[in-house]
Amino acid sequence: MQSSTILPLVAVSIMIAFLPASTVQAGAMDPGEMLSASCAGCHGTDGHSPGAIPDISGKSADFIRISLQDFRSGERESTVMGRQAKGYSDEEIRLIAEYFGQQK
Amino acid sequence: MRNLTRRNFVRMLGTVGAASSVLGWPLVSLAGKATGRVVIVGGGFGGASCAKYLSRLAPGLEITLVERDSKFITCPFSNAVLGGLYDIDFITHGYDALQKAHGVKVVHDSATAIDPGAKTISLAGGSTLPYDRLVVSPGIDIQWGAIDGYDQAASKVMPHAWKAGSQTLLLRKQLEDMPDGGVVIIAAPRNPFRCPPGPYERASLIAHYLKQAKPRSKILIYDAKDKFSKQPLFEQGWQALYPGMIEWISESEGGAIESVDIANMTVHPTFGDPQKADVVNLIPPQKAGAIAHAAGLNGDGAWCPVNQRTFESTVHPGIHVIGDAAVANPMPKSGFAASSQGKVCAAAIAADLSGQDMPEPSYVNTCYSLVGPDYGISVAMVYRMGESGIAAVQGAGGVSPKDADHAFRKAEARYSVGWYQSITSDIWA
Ligand SMILES: Cc1cc2nc3c(=O)[nH]c(=O)nc-3n(C[C@H](O)[C@H](O)[C@H](O)COP(=O)(O)OP(=O)(O)OC[C@H]3O[C@@H](n4cnc5c(N)ncnc54)[C@H](O)[C@@H]3O)c2cc1C
Ligand code: HEC
Repeated sequence: MQSSTILPLVAVSIMIAFLPASTVQAGAMDPGEMLSASCAGCHGTDGHSPGAIPDISGKSADFIRISLQDFRSGERESTVMGRQAKGYSDEEIRLIAEYFGQQK
Repeated sequence: MRNLTRRNFVRMLGTVGAASSVLGWPLVSLAGKATGRVVIVGGGFGGASCAKYLSRLAPGLEITLVERDSKFITCPFSNAVLGGLYDIDFITHGYDALQKAHGVKVVHDSATAIDPGAKTISLAGGSTLPYDRLVVSPGIDIQWGAIDGYDQAASKVMPHAWKAGSQTLLLRKQLEDMPDGGVVIIAAPRNPFRCPPGPYERASLIAHYLKQAKPRSKILIYDAKDKFSKQPLFEQGWQALYPGMIEWISESEGGAIESVDIANMTVHPTFGDPQKADVVNLIPPQKAGAIAHAAGLNGDGAWCPVNQRTFESTVHPGIHVIGDAAVANPMPKSGFAASSQGKVCAAAIAADLSGQDMPEPSYVNTCYSLVGPDYGISVAMVYRMGESGIAAVQGAGGVSPKDADHAFRKAEARYSVGWYQSITSDIWA
């Protein structure tokens, strides 16, 4: 094997080692993205809201997670977010928060 | 890795993969990149959402969107146009962003036939498009003749305005032209139909207009049902904003319309007296858009049965049906639901064309309605796949509280407009 072909292979294996499993599955939607697609209908694509609904793009994963948990428990008052947040488990909220935390 | 978007990463993998494929490693085993031709018929809420999310997810796909009209005029907020709150430009959207920013090829033509065996569709303009996967999101068509005397010609006299555009403008003009003290009839159909709260939001916003311009007028809702979406909230709002102006006649009270007489501007209920009016908005029974019926995707019903996880037709494999045309209950036939289904369908197709599993689907719907410009109400639900199809998540969703104060209704009215701006930018921008 020539070193010129080994190098890229090594690079690929190193890159794959650093990736969460779901990211390697390019071409398929990962679970966090699937769950978060539901938010875009109100908050805009990846949370970029052009109007009266709060813009949640670029927010940290912690902010998203804590907000959803507080809306769900009723600790934070809302018109509609309580009714939305009750549709997601702790694990799903974690995936959603992680997804938004990675977007710009 | 954090700052690297997935798409860029796939591109990197592609470059490295191309080098490594010298060794006989197929690129697909590294990136699992989806390739193929996806054709989408209908650039409305379902189809355009599917196109945009598919292009985000699988940039390697060749995506063609076939849409009859050069601009899309939304039904959502068309009731606000009728009520004089907005003009038609507010609800008109184009396809530039889908083409330029998202790489979707948009063909403005009508699909006339589908050949599921050859995997091609024919267009009115004469061309034939081959596909690996076809998505059909044609919305509704009217069941002409289901109400005696109600055909296409009659809809020029008694508009349905259940597809937005010229019908909306015609109904608006009739409202502007009618005298003070006149009668407006809104005839609402039996379930299932496009936008369950739509007729009642329409009554509300027409009342808003009449209250200012022609305050002695009346609105009669003739209904082929005994109850309707968000009924207690609507009735409470009518009482607060338009006392005495809107009268609802249920099916049991003789609300179902059997025939219309356009020459005399009269509707005939199944029982009880005929009623004459100055303006008749007749919302007739509906069915899946014509192309779905032409292709037999409806089986033997009015709507198209699908696998509710992937929206693949149970009649023709390789063809997905989403939006109003599909049987997706308990999800209502709404734009929000159609968009959500478009995204789930995109995930199913991308997974399939890249030989992978799709994630567990999650679906959502929220229907905001304006009872008045500062008075909004909503019904919401989150859905997952259950044992026998789409199922509402227990404990989630529901309607706005009955005992909410004015500030709450006002906030929901603002959020209703915000929702409209967000969802239309999520789809067409
Ligand atoms: C008065 C009213 C108010 C509403 N308000 C709301 C609301 O507030 N919120 C909400 O969520 N929903 C609302 N809806 C419902 C919403 O409009 C529909 O549920 C939604 O449009 C369905 O999306 P779709 O993709 O199935 O069909 P559509 O959005 O109708 O898109 C179908 C597209 O396919 C095209 N087409 C059809 N056949 C062909 C063919 N053969 N070849 C090429 N192109 C074709 C059509 O031109 C059209 O652009 C309302 C509806 C009405 C009538
Ligand atoms: C039906 C529309 C709708 C949907 C769907 C929706 N939201 Fe919201 N969201 C709102 C509204 C409206 C508010 C303002 C609070 C309220 O009154 O409910 C809000 C507020 C928020 C906030 C607080 C923002 C801030 O600046 O304090 C966060 C975070 C949030 N939503 C996240 C989400 C996520 C994540 C999802 C998807 C799981 C989601 N929302 C789905 C309408 C929606």
